[in-house]
Amino acid sequence: MNDNTRPGNEGGATRENHMPRRVLLLGSGGLTIGQAGEFDYSGSQAIKALKEEGVEVVLVNPNIATIQTSEGLADKIYFLPLTADFVRRVIERERPDGILLSFGGQTALNCGVELHDSGVLAKHGVRVLGTPIETIVLTEDRDLFAKRLKEIGVPVAESRAVATIEEAVEAAETIGFPILLRAAYTLGGLGSSFVENAGELVEKATAGFAFSSQLLVERSLRGWKEFEYEVVRDRDDNCITVCNMENLDPMGIHTGESIVVAPSQTLSNDEFHMLRETAVSTIRKLGVVGECNIQFAINPASGEFVAIEVNARLSRSSALASKATGYPLAFVAAKLAVGKTLPEIPNSVTRATTACFEPALDYVVVKVPRWDLGKFRKAERVIGSSMKSVGEVMAIGRSLEEALQKAVRMVAPELEGVYGDEWILDDLETELSNPTDRRLLAIAEALRRDWEIARIHELTGVDPWFLYRIQNVVRLGRELSRYTLQSLPDPLLLETKRAGYSDLQIARLLLDGVKGNADQAALSVRRHRLDHGIRPYVKQIDTTAGEFPAETNYLYMTYHAQEDDVPVGDAKANRERGASAVMVLGSGAYRIGSSVEFDWCCVNAVQSLARQGYETIVVNHNPETVSTDYDVADRLYFEELSLERILDIWEKENPLGVIVSMGGQTPNNLAIPLDRAGIKVLGTSPASIDRAEDRHKFSGLLDELGLDQPRWTEARSLEEALRFAHEVGYPVLIRPSYVLSGAAMNVAYRDEDLESYLKEATLVSPEHPTVVSEFISGAKEIEVDAVANQGEVVAYAMGEHIEYAGVHSGDAVIVLPAQRVFISTVRRLKRIVREIARSLAITGPFNVQFLAKNDRIRIIECNLRASRSFPFASKTYRLNFVDLATRAMMGEPMREVSRSLFELDYVGVKAPQFSFSRLAGADPVLGVEMASTGEVACFGDGLEEAFLKSFLSVGYTIPKRGVLLSTGTIKEKTRLLPAVKSFAALGLDLYATGGTADFLKANGVEATWIPWPLDEASPNALDLIASGDVDLVVNIPKSIEQDELTNDYLIRRQAVDRGVPLLVNAETAALFAISIEMLTLDDLKVRAWDDYVPATDGAE
Amino acid sequence: MPVQATPRKAWISLRDGARFSGFLFGAEVPVAGEVVFNTGMVGYPEAITDPSYYGQILVLTYPLVGNYGVPSNTRDANGIPRHFESERIQIRGLVTSTYNGEYHHWNADRSLSEWLAQQNIAGMHGVDTRALTRHLRAHGSVPGRIEIDGEAAPDWYDPGSENVVAAVSRKEPVTYGAETGDVRIAVIDCGVKNNILRCLLKRGASVTVVPWDYDLARVEYDGLLLSNGPGDPEQLRDLATRVRGLLEAPKPVFGICLGCQIMGLAAGGKTFKLLFGHRGQNQPVSDLITKRWSITSQNHGYAVDGESLDPGWETWFKNGNDGTLEGLRAKDRPHRAVQFHPEAVCGPVDTAYLFDDFLAEVRAGK
Repeated sequence: MNDNTRPGNEGGATRENHMPRRVLLLGSGGLTIGQAGEFDYSGSQAIKALKEEGVEVVLVNPNIATIQTSEGLADKIYFLPLTADFVRRVIERERPDGILLSFGGQTALNCGVELHDSGVLAKHGVRVLGTPIETIVLTEDRDLFAKRLKEIGVPVAESRAVATIEEAVEAAETIGFPILLRAAYTLGGLGSSFVENAGELVEKATAGFAFSSQLLVERSLRGWKEFEYEVVRDRDDNCITVCNMENLDPMGIHTGESIVVAPSQTLSNDEFHMLRETAVSTIRKLGVVGECNIQFAINPASGEFVAIEVNARLSRSSALASKATGYPLAFVAAKLAVGKTLPEIPNSVTRATTACFEPALDYVVVKVPRWDLGKFRKAERVIGSSMKSVGEVMAIGRSLEEALQKAVRMVAPELEGVYGDEWILDDLETELSNPTDRRLLAIAEALRRDWEIARIHELTGVDPWFLYRIQNVVRLGRELSRYTLQSLPDPLLLETKRAGYSDLQIARLLLDGVKGNADQAALSVRRHRLDHGIRPYVKQIDTTAGEFPAETNYLYMTYHAQEDDVPVGDAKANRERGASAVMVLGSGAYRIGSSVEFDWCCVNAVQSLARQGYETIVVNHNPETVSTDYDVADRLYFEELSLERILDIWEKENPLGVIVSMGGQTPNNLAIPLDRAGIKVLGTSPASIDRAEDRHKFSGLLDELGLDQPRWTEARSLEEALRFAHEVGYPVLIRPSYVLSGAAMNVAYRDEDLESYLKEATLVSPEHPTVVSEFISGAKEIEVDAVANQGEVVAYAMGEHIEYAGVHSGDAVIVLPAQRVFISTVRRLKRIVREIARSLAITGPFNVQFLAKNDRIRIIECNLRASRSFPFASKTYRLNFVDLATRAMMGEPMREVSRSLFELDYVGVKAPQFSFSRLAGADPVLGVEMASTGEVACFGDGLEEAFLKSFLSVGYTIPKRGVLLSTGTIKEKTRLLPAVKSFAALGLDLYATGGTADFLKANGVEATWIPWPLDEASPNALDLIASGDVDLVVNIPKSIEQDELTNDYLIRRQAVDRGVPLLVNAETAALFAISIEMLTLDDLKVRAWDDYVPATDGAE
Repeated sequence: MPVQATPRKAWISLRDGARFSGFLFGAEVPVAGEVVFNTGMVGYPEAITDPSYYGQILVLTYPLVGNYGVPSNTRDANGIPRHFESERIQIRGLVTSTYNGEYHHWNADRSLSEWLAQQNIAGMHGVDTRALTRHLRAHGSVPGRIEIDGEAAPDWYDPGSENVVAAVSRKEPVTYGAETGDVRIAVIDCGVKNNILRCLLKRGASVTVVPWDYDLARVEYDGLLLSNGPGDPEQLRDLATRVRGLLEAPKPVFGICLGCQIMGLAAGGKTFKLLFGHRGQNQPVSDLITKRWSITSQNHGYAVDGESLDPGWETWFKNGNDGTLEGLRAKDRPHRAVQFHPEAVCGPVDTAYLFDDFLAEVRAGK
């Protein structure tokens, strides 16, 4: 161990640092796999820290659903693409003297490096704050990094940087297979994989070079244990480690895919501090100023270690570490970047001490990633060295079992824990050796079958200590199944609760089992244990393990306790003094369809409550969120969003009521169970929620109101489904029962489709009917986000989808206000929205989705909660819909917001952000299942400008060379003809596959015919994409749902794998073509939010 | 070895009346000692063999204990135990939240429970250690007992009431590295941690460890180290007086922990008992001369009052949390002491450079 490192000034920032006047902060753009909500947290904290120092902040981030782009934080906000060109223009306009690159993930870093390299920053006197750009470049270039680490005596895995396939093969042969192949300058491990032999290497290196000019061939450390340290250093060279974390999964599984535990559990003192010391001395020598993450691998058989990588910026891990310890890493990092030192920064938790200390934890934290692989057609389920997860949860407990089981329920609400849920498993050995998102359950199953720990360890590479913990869970579960609730001994019940068992999980395992309603069964276990004095207690996260009194509001619950940290019934006492608390339920894990936008809603609800004078309680368990920041709510329970836990908190806190309508579907699903359990649900009554959510009741309501809807039925057999389809005519939409299968929604165009989908949905039975509904093609989709107060609409926003119905609303491009809807339609929609609000007596947020075709309006959905587009609507109108809704829910009298507000002289366009490049094999099509992982929105004077800005923000570029066209059915070919002519007018080379080429020729457009991928010809479409001669691919699938169209699939996949922009929808492709024909990059105005719409008092 | 299926219930009781329930592991014996808490998250084998914990019942605030088992009793080339800080477990009892009987580590040789049982040390798990810690924080470290229903409880015991250094100090002098060392360091053993010896030996010194009451005139040395150890420094007035004489000599003296308190007394200062002490691996200290901050390992219940030192002495380090003295030095002589543990183990090694400085001083003066 290197224990004689004397603190030195090596690599330190100079003393000339002075506080900047105005700082440009780069955000991270739309959420993608590998770069998610954590950067909203870090950016918002940075803004708060800078404002506290009196520094002006200019923010560029097109992610409109973020807190950081909200009112009252940054001084100027630009909803613009995070590209060097746009940021340069912002710099020219705003003249900042400093720039922060480390708070917006890889996107901000790459953009900043480009601005630095091109001399823009130097030209305008913009100083890179915090870690010097040279250090960033060094840590990003794996070869330079490895060399530098060797120089300073830190062991690294043998590796060689290569620029060609030949070099890759040579390097691999020197190092010896298997090797790890990685790409430089990418986020989330994109393009990295294990390679067993030369043949495989050629294939994978080819794919890797599509993303990076440099690849790294490395010694494989598969099976080693992986650890991370979060390090903070100031310009005076004070350097501390805030948190260390251990991956439960061995090396070989990306840390973003791993179950992560903090602090480390299996390191001895020598190992722990050897890694800590190496982390500190490495970061000192690299000259990082601010926050930094360093990863290590340890050989489990000897303690030998190597450093894997350094991220010289805030990261997903730092967000996790911050929530795991209570240490505000991003806040502190921002202060350090503008020249403060650690001892100068007060500790925001204890208030008595400084930021120069290392948190001591007296609990254990488990992070579990959330995957949504079932949502993607053709995506591989196996997890590995590339990141595929879309979100994560963090659970806190005082034993590993407690935290782990909490985490499993948080991440997959359909599961009750590690053990006791029924699930079907094909081949246990394969499940263990080729880990998937189900590996914890597979381990538990192996233990249930009494497989030896050694054998499971051999197959999974998971440290036996973790396996022992899971074994303990299984042992207790088996023990439970020997008793009924009445015969269950108290010590066993307490032990199972301490091992993280939920009431329902216990109910299921007991001899008496669950008969009838699951909630009722869980409640009877609850009553039993409360009668026997078995209850959880509230503990604080205070960063000091209880050593100092802390004014922390950061709480969790545990059964490993005999008293509460905070006085119980605080809220009750407060209420007597006139203050009352309101509980707001968060969104839980980010996933496809529920992401940062719901956190924005929750945070805004909390802020609104605080303004109204209420105490606020937040319950959430997503470490990437702002709602779980220490400075948002009066009390934060980092806890499960389950009936059981909400009741526990309710009993401790006695609040006025609970808000379930801001966090998306997860809390909304609790409305009815909470109401039944006697808890006051604020806003629209749970009975109304039930009326909107229950398909039959809602249908009845629409009939009552004389409103139209697509016809539907609940098919209990294939025959019933076919009969219905024939009656209404194809296509039909199929929505299988989610209870039994993970099968996705689908559109059937003929009998065979229907038969095969219903087969795929495992079964259709009287107990589990499948909903089949009429599918209306070519219809316009319109969405209304609104707020009502006691049945009267207070405000609404009407948005129009660019795509025709059939594309999930979360994947659609949405225009606000609607630009191409008849006035008469608008009038009718408004009337319908009012009627729905009245008949459901809505108080709070709601969203209604419509189809409009041939002057006929049908209602497809109504949600009595905030929708995904609430932040977009609020920011476009600069009218805070969530604040209005919250005030309505709290009974504040209010009038309808003046109409003039809705006459805008600009347009907002929201575009989806996809992550297909990270999902090997997934078919990048748009369909009825949502597939986007994030979104952006930009403003423009007209539709085209706003549209183009938002498309540039999600990674599209303006084509310069050529376009490959396969434009679908004859109808779509015709519709796209003007677009193709636009491309031609721009001087782009046009290439087209079979039918499209013929069609274009017949219509007088010159296009080069190119063979299909499966044609025995070369070059074919795939070669063309690989050649780089096309920089746009337009591929419109012939029908949305036909698997057999392999040629199209191969083209789409090739475009994604080669990083070539891809358009798969006729309407967006047409709008894109018109937009780029109309507008050049220079025509896209660089204007701040304030320039479009100034803030008004009481607005957003 | 897993925890027994039906562990025996026990209590950790404090003299002020507070009581916390739990279950036994290790040796199932009732014990008495001063109850203190440590916030370190790793390093239980090192911590509980640290002689500074003599006579104490140690509460670990980190709730998962025993995960990586306990290493073997192997010794290094000098005959010093490779993995432990002294020859035996020094605490009277260990109190944890969760104890996991199943352990795994490449270097493990037995479970914590087995090891405690071998040395007849009581362990308790299933205790609300956070509630207990908050109690100690509010009311201070107090005598306490691990009590077992149906068994007689021992009398309360306060290690501050007697000279516990005598109990942990070696009885005979021992020399290590006599052949290899270029300078000779005498260590007054008040309960010295083995890693202090390792830190000196590894830097090329030879080390003679002498009992706390040994006459240093009988030892030839170039530099003197006053070691860490348990108990109230006021019990060691005699030693402080002897050290005061040694400080007149030009040979460099370096004190660690209790050694710092003894040097403080020798420098005319006063010591006082901290409410609940500093025990952990995350204690920030600032060097008042270089303004540099470091994270240190600490284990002490008493501190020197910096204001009380004779002229000619000054405060060197301060605690970043509560501002108490963490180091002192003579203004014109090569004598210095730190209240924290530069030898770490368990804990961070940020301040190991102090051994380099000390030995450089010794070599310069030789």
